[in-house]
Amino acid sequence: MKHHQPGLLTLFLSVFKISAFTFGGGYVIVPLMRKRFSEELGWIEQDEMLDMIAIGQSAPGPIAVNTSILLGYRLMGIRGALVSVLGTAIPPLVVLTLISLIYEAFISNKIVATFMAAMRAGVAAVIADVVWTMAGNIAKKKKPAPIALMAAAFVAVYFFKAPIVLVLLACGLLGFLVSGVASRKEAAR
Amino acid sequence: MSLILTLYWAFFQVGLFAFGGGLAALPLIRDQVVETYHWLDMATFTDLVTIAEMTPGPIALNAATFVGTRVAGLPGSIVATIGCITPSLIIVLILARVYSAWKDKVAFQGVLGGLRPAAVALIASAGVSIAVLALFGEGERIAPDSVDWIALSCFAIALLVLRKWKLGPITVMLATGVVGTAIKLILEAV
Repeated sequence: MKHHQPGLLTLFLSVFKISAFTFGGGYVIVPLMRKRFSEELGWIEQDEMLDMIAIGQSAPGPIAVNTSILLGYRLMGIRGALVSVLGTAIPPLVVLTLISLIYEAFISNKIVATFMAAMRAGVAAVIADVVWTMAGNIAKKKKPAPIALMAAAFVAVYFFKAPIVLVLLACGLLGFLVSGVASRKEAAR
Repeated sequence: MSLILTLYWAFFQVGLFAFGGGLAALPLIRDQVVETYHWLDMATFTDLVTIAEMTPGPIALNAATFVGTRVAGLPGSIVATIGCITPSLIIVLILARVYSAWKDKVAFQGVLGGLRPAAVALIASAGVSIAVLALFGEGERIAPDSVDWIALSCFAIALLVLRKWKLGPITVMLATGVVGTAIKLILEAV
């Protein structure tokens, strides 16, 4: 499976499938893109994929859309970006157009509600699995700064409900300052 | 025609100003759709939030499609979706070029070095919120006696399957939904 040449059809079908079946929005979709394109297909290095996820979250707009554009562009240029964004946008277009016609019946349906509630346990397990891997990749490098930043950002967002824009700005700025200090130390040596 | 253009412009602004993904987009969508253009009343908007979160796919696109369909049918849903995506296409393609040009610059690597752990933390935070909702239910306090044992077992088994057997995440999510629903329905029937 690994090291196949990237192809437009596989790109389209992969993002289409993820968008069509992933419940919970961008924060669930994006780690699944990482799993598909880095782990299963081996098209993109883990670190570069994490860069794309970080940029996709920092830019305005839907995170899943942003990341799919970055991914498609990196793999196959503008064509790739367009194919990838189409694959991400078509499933919600079809599903929601249909549901908006019968949405009152959909919302009040007991089986649908039970299914949605039951599936949350699976969604939580999927995120736990990918966070385990992603946080493990950051911790593995044994640098204290990123680990501390990850913990601080989590506490700020989850416990203190800090605005996401501020957290991203602060982390980007801190990273910039730390790299400045590090390169000055290098130069002084 | 003007309605279609207005719809496009409304969702263009949503895409342009929504930092932090779909959940951050929802208040912006309310501003446009309920306050500015009165396309939906507040009750329908509340339903829209429920539906956008209940259906698969990016939440902002789900919301755009729903509003678009109700305002102007199928053309409306397509236009609202494209409006929502346009700013991303422009901004993110610029960022993609910046990334490939500056990837090796120390300062840019520094910024990315700060954003990467934050990106993982945001995903983790969303995950914990979903897990709490799954295991303790809506509005329940987090205590041992309010644990939903069926959900907890499903969570543990799903995580085990994902780590041990490398089964696809989509299969695992859907299977958890089916199994959990079956167990609850059977328990209610007996």
